[in-house]
Amino acid sequence: MADVNRGNRPLSPHLQVYRLPLAAVTSIMTRITGHALVAGIVLIVWWLAAAVASPGAFACVDWLVRSWLGFIILTGSMWALWYHLLAGLRHMFYDAGYGLEIEQAQKSSQAIIAGSVVLAVLTLIIFFAF
Amino acid sequence: MRYITPRKSAQGLGSAHEGTQHHWAMTVTAVALLILTPLFMITIARAIGLPRELVLAYFARPFPALITGLFVIVGMLHFIKGTRIMIDDYFQGGVRKGAIILSVIFGWAVIATAVYALARMGLGAIVVL
Repeated sequence: MADVNRGNRPLSPHLQVYRLPLAAVTSIMTRITGHALVAGIVLIVWWLAAAVASPGAFACVDWLVRSWLGFIILTGSMWALWYHLLAGLRHMFYDAGYGLEIEQAQKSSQAIIAGSVVLAVLTLIIFFAF
Repeated sequence: MRYITPRKSAQGLGSAHEGTQHHWAMTVTAVALLILTPLFMITIARAIGLPRELVLAYFARPFPALITGLFVIVGMLHFIKGTRIMIDDYFQGGVRKGAIILSVIFGWAVIATAVYALARMGLGAIVVL
């Protein structure tokens, strides 16, 4: 074993150099949106608690909710919620043994991205129209 | 031949002996949230922007109160179990233990805050100043 080349072997590249397939991107996005949603729910629960606390507390949180930052947090959460919902729905199909082929996962990934954007835009239209 | 279902033979396996229960709890809360999410969005969308007195009156009504309460409770239970998977994946040892404890405490704190606020509004004990 004396002639084994120990220093100059081809090395397997690290995971990060690969371009992630769409199904991998939509999968990790499920986890990211799920955890990011905590911002939206905390803001809403804080707003509810402030409403029962005092007029001053409500005025403060209500200002934040109606500000540009509040709009970004709530609209972002709304999209993230739709995305997480659609991705969760796909998980139920995965669990039942459907959609596990690569092409099917590719298609469902595209459907989740497109569907979440369409639902988010529809939600905003309905919100501002009524 | 063993008269045993695949589910029974998997029950209690995994390093924590509760993997199937965890997965099942996630599935049940996910299905509940599938129904609650659109209802919660409508409920909140109708309340955002109202003055304080109308917010208090709005969440004193049964439908907004029930939908909001259910969404926050089921949502945070789903959150606690969901963060647990993330923590198990990325952290080890003491940090993992601490992160799990923090996540559970945080989740229940959010639930308690929402239930308290809804109860105060529902009981109508608030004097609007």
